Amino acid sequence: MELFTNHIVSLVVFGPALLALGLLFLPDKTPQQKHIVKSAALGISLLVFFISCFLYAWFDASQPGFQFVENRGWIEAFGISYSLGVDGISLVLILLTTFLTPIALLGSWNAIEEKLKTYLFLILVLETGMLGAFVALDIILFYVFWEAMLIPMYLLIGVWGGKDRIYASMKFFVYTLVGSLLMLVAIFYLMSMHKMQLGNYSAALLDLYRVKVPFDGLWSAQTLLFLAFALAFAIKVPLFPLHTWLPDAHVQAPTAGSVILAGVLLKLGGYGFIRFAFPLFPQAMQFVAPVFMCLGVVAIVYGAWVAMVQPDIKKLVAYSSVSHMGFVILGLFSLNSLAVSGSVYQMLNHGISTGGLFLIVGMLYERRHTREIEEFGGITRIMPIFAVIFMIVTLSSIALPGTNGFVGEFLILMGAYQTNKVLAVVAGTGVIFGAVYMLWMFQRVMFGPVKNNENKHLKDLSLREICVMAPIIAAIFIMGIFPNIFLSKMDASIKAFLSQVKV
Amino acid sequence: MLGLILAFPLIGFLINGIFGSKLSAKTAGIIASSAIFGSFVLTAASFIQLSGLDESSRAIEQTLFQWITVDTFSLPFLLRFDPLTAIMCSVVTGVGFLIHVYSIGYMSHDRTPPKFFAYLNLFSFAMLALVLGGNLPILFLGWEGVGLCSYLLIGYWYEDNEKASAGKKAFVVNRIGDLGFLIGIFTLYGMFGTLDFAQLKQGVAASAGNLDIGLLTLATACLFVGAMGKSAQIPLYVWLPDAMAGPTPVSALIHAATMVTAGVYMIVRLNFIFVLTPDTMMLVSGIGALTALFAATIAITQRDIKKVLAYSTVSQLGYMFVAVGVGAFAAGVFHLVTHAFFKALLFLGSGSVIHGMHEEQDIMKMGGLRKYMPKTFATFAIGTLAIAGFPLLSGFFSKDEILYSAFSSHMGLAGPALWAVCTVTALLTAFYMTRLTCVTFFGEPRFNPKTLGSNPGHAHASHAHDDHDHGHGRGHDDDHGHGHAKPGVHESPNVMVIPLIVLAVLSIIGGFIGLPGHSWLAHWLGPVVGEHSGEHGSMAYLIMAISVVVSFVGMGVGYFFYVKRPEVPKKVQQNFGFVHKVLFNKYYIDELYNFTIVQPLKKVAQVCWMYFDVLVVDGTVLAVARLSKFAGEVSRLMQTGAIQVYAVFILIGLLATVGYLLYGTIH
Repeated sequence: MELFTNHIVSLVVFGPALLALGLLFLPDKTPQQKHIVKSAALGISLLVFFISCFLYAWFDASQPGFQFVENRGWIEAFGISYSLGVDGISLVLILLTTFLTPIALLGSWNAIEEKLKTYLFLILVLETGMLGAFVALDIILFYVFWEAMLIPMYLLIGVWGGKDRIYASMKFFVYTLVGSLLMLVAIFYLMSMHKMQLGNYSAALLDLYRVKVPFDGLWSAQTLLFLAFALAFAIKVPLFPLHTWLPDAHVQAPTAGSVILAGVLLKLGGYGFIRFAFPLFPQAMQFVAPVFMCLGVVAIVYGAWVAMVQPDIKKLVAYSSVSHMGFVILGLFSLNSLAVSGSVYQMLNHGISTGGLFLIVGMLYERRHTREIEEFGGITRIMPIFAVIFMIVTLSSIALPGTNGFVGEFLILMGAYQTNKVLAVVAGTGVIFGAVYMLWMFQRVMFGPVKNNENKHLKDLSLREICVMAPIIAAIFIMGIFPNIFLSKMDASIKAFLSQVKV
Repeated sequence: MLGLILAFPLIGFLINGIFGSKLSAKTAGIIASSAIFGSFVLTAASFIQLSGLDESSRAIEQTLFQWITVDTFSLPFLLRFDPLTAIMCSVVTGVGFLIHVYSIGYMSHDRTPPKFFAYLNLFSFAMLALVLGGNLPILFLGWEGVGLCSYLLIGYWYEDNEKASAGKKAFVVNRIGDLGFLIGIFTLYGMFGTLDFAQLKQGVAASAGNLDIGLLTLATACLFVGAMGKSAQIPLYVWLPDAMAGPTPVSALIHAATMVTAGVYMIVRLNFIFVLTPDTMMLVSGIGALTALFAATIAITQRDIKKVLAYSTVSQLGYMFVAVGVGAFAAGVFHLVTHAFFKALLFLGSGSVIHGMHEEQDIMKMGGLRKYMPKTFATFAIGTLAIAGFPLLSGFFSKDEILYSAFSSHMGLAGPALWAVCTVTALLTAFYMTRLTCVTFFGEPRFNPKTLGSNPGHAHASHAHDDHDHGHGRGHDDDHGHGHAKPGVHESPNVMVIPLIVLAVLSIIGGFIGLPGHSWLAHWLGPVVGEHSGEHGSMAYLIMAISVVVSFVGMGVGYFFYVKRPEVPKKVQQNFGFVHKVLFNKYYIDELYNFTIVQPLKKVAQVCWMYFDVLVVDGTVLAVARLSKFAGEVSRLMQTGAIQVYAVFILIGLLATVGYLLYGTIH
């Protein structure tokens, strides 16, 4: 028990990848064997979710600092260590990751036939990469996890993707890699500064927070370092105008890939800002905050506009992600407890509702092998259960009060309004456009007469598909009606975060 | 107990929503009606409890749970039952119950009545949350919730794209207003650090004189934008006439009696803030008066029975805004209540007509219906008299109260101007309502009463709802159970007629809660709006007299035109062809919005995507990629794979190194 509690974070992080190794030894030739492999993978992800629930329950919400810390030397000459820990912010994101992974697996149950074992293995390795990045307290360790995520995602898109998968996966890989290389340079610079100022190399985050990076306007070390980090994170978010990898990657990725990509991977961008870019370079951050707030607002409106005219449902959802994640950036740079809490909450919401939307698109695609909005129409009459679920997720996406989306957007907008009225109002128009593109799409897909004969005999959701969507629907309402379950865990950490970055 | 008022319709919604496919139309209707009746009983009990309390502390509170807590921002799910809420809850549950019962008959031939009743219950839940909410975010929760139900119910027959579009339009236009509402909320939070109504009131009282009125004006103006959306005022009224695409009970409940009055309610709820911002108040009453007149002129020319009532609703909501805009909050609520009675009655009456006429909505294809539908006619006529301001009926008192308040408001010339506009509107109202009633119920039938409904190719049937099987052919007579074997016009069943009668009674006597000078309602609302009905001087009687004259003239002209000399309106129409065309086409406002907002937005979005996103941003990205590829291709020239070339490179390198070393040793 002692061992379990002391290493629970390592267990959660490496559990998926290590257990997934076992999958590779199972046969996956016959349908029956395939079923076993799939069930095993699902079992692993559920186990990890279960353990992370313990983590959640045991987390002491009154403590702002890191908990369940594990610390071991790794490359001691450079002060690099294997150091993990969880605070209120990473806690909720861990839960999001472990929650969405089994859903993604179950959601793509029948969609993958080729190289099934490898596919499942990669998804679980990806989970490890993401979880590691959320808990790493050593900046080099973080970087390792950060880059390690790219490989499974690259393969998932490139091997199991759609028609233009090679182009999309290369674009995804190079785009994100270019961003993070500058961050690596900045990390080295930061570590050497630590040596200059404090006498030894260290990559430990808590040590690096103490480094005083000279700040003097735009062309000073701190601003440039901030921008180097920000580039990596902004691409991941993705922040306008660095978002163009996202629609391609989403459209080509298999459903599970899209769910994880939108649901969790993008959150690492927002998380990176919170954990690294903000506290390491607080002055520079405040210096450029207005620019980033503007970019966030542009992303909100621009993403919504572009989403409005998409003929492909999946692309529409991809651009809606740009819009929703713009709220996260706006909130973070507003630097008050309402907006920042809203931003973290919005990251969870976006994971749930956009993950749900991608699953829904996947369900339509599996039935009709098309995602063109034009091809559909009148589906409500044919698939009534699907219609109800789709409606609920749509409402969550347009932030109706009572659903999760509202809590996030309300807090962000109210917080941002106290910082900058004009930007908050412009961002607020995103609430209108959000309703426009989602409801218009919903109408064209679900309402009207059934014009296309191919749609006349679509089957409503199977039990498996209902099981995939049920946790999403439950999360939408629980997070919308009882947000304090999650907000209360974050509150102390966010307060500490704000006092740290507001200098 | 307050929680239970909310719980009943929610449970009803869940039962019908989850088990709906197993329930018959009648069971679903009974469940939904019982749920709302439960809320009505509890409201009545709370009402009694409330009236037993001392006037200064007249409010019951209940916190259900903590909703959102962030740092110092605390938002409990708080319900508060005060005199204003008591009135609103009574209207919502009382009129709501009658409409639920009526729907059992009206929706009996629908394809999915449980779904309909589930939505209706969900609406009641949201509407009750709206009026019970003790702070702005809960009010907003209800506000958006009723918007959602409105969307779902307008597009209830979703297989008709026009109806689905009408639902979407309602939602989107309301969202525009909601943004204003949100900004208002944020501004108030910035100023007072709380969103609780009671605390806001204390905050206002505590900082009296030190408030930034400019900022407060911004807040109230933004809140009013929210009200414009929900309560269909210029320029955001455009969704309401389209909303008539929904089933008629929905039009009665949501788009006449309850939801659309939410904007008025919100302003009355925040009256203590609005009174501090005279500029906003002026705006409110101005927009209200303008909307009242504008919508009334459109109503005159419409041929669709529900469209006339829809514009009438827009117009009457304008009256309510005039009232609250001049600070006569109790008068606004008074008209809200009476309007809920007579407009629900009129809508349900029109539903009865549409039901009996097999989905016909064009009044020009009706006529003489009083012989075929005597009960519907009688109740509809009472509704018409009430809205037209026939003396001693409910609309007479409430409208008169508004006219008097507008005239005597301390706003300089604005008061009499508002009064004049409202009086002209009253004249038009009496006229177009009389026109509607006469054209529908008087004269000779302009249809064949024997064969109506038997021919599927009948004028209206082509665009009617074959998806919901309402009243057409299949099983129609069997289900009806009031035994006429042939198609033809018929009176509605009792389950529909009884609610009409109850509402007709209420429309007659409803005015007595607000007798001029002795208003029970104004006294009751005193603790909320801080106002007691003052003395009505001789001016009041003059204004009342003018109202009576106006009402009779309007009705008289209407009767003369459409019963005595039906050829006159046609001549007028011919002589004023242009005016008629503009009015009939609703001033082309929808076309204007489409041309100036919707289409440009689509164009801009298209440009953003095709040009900016694909060409500029992605073009740059790909150009960078091409650049590195180009660099690679240039440097590739050095690595040709030919050993001789490498040998030459080696030789050059060797020579250079040796040369450098030699150079070094020499010096």
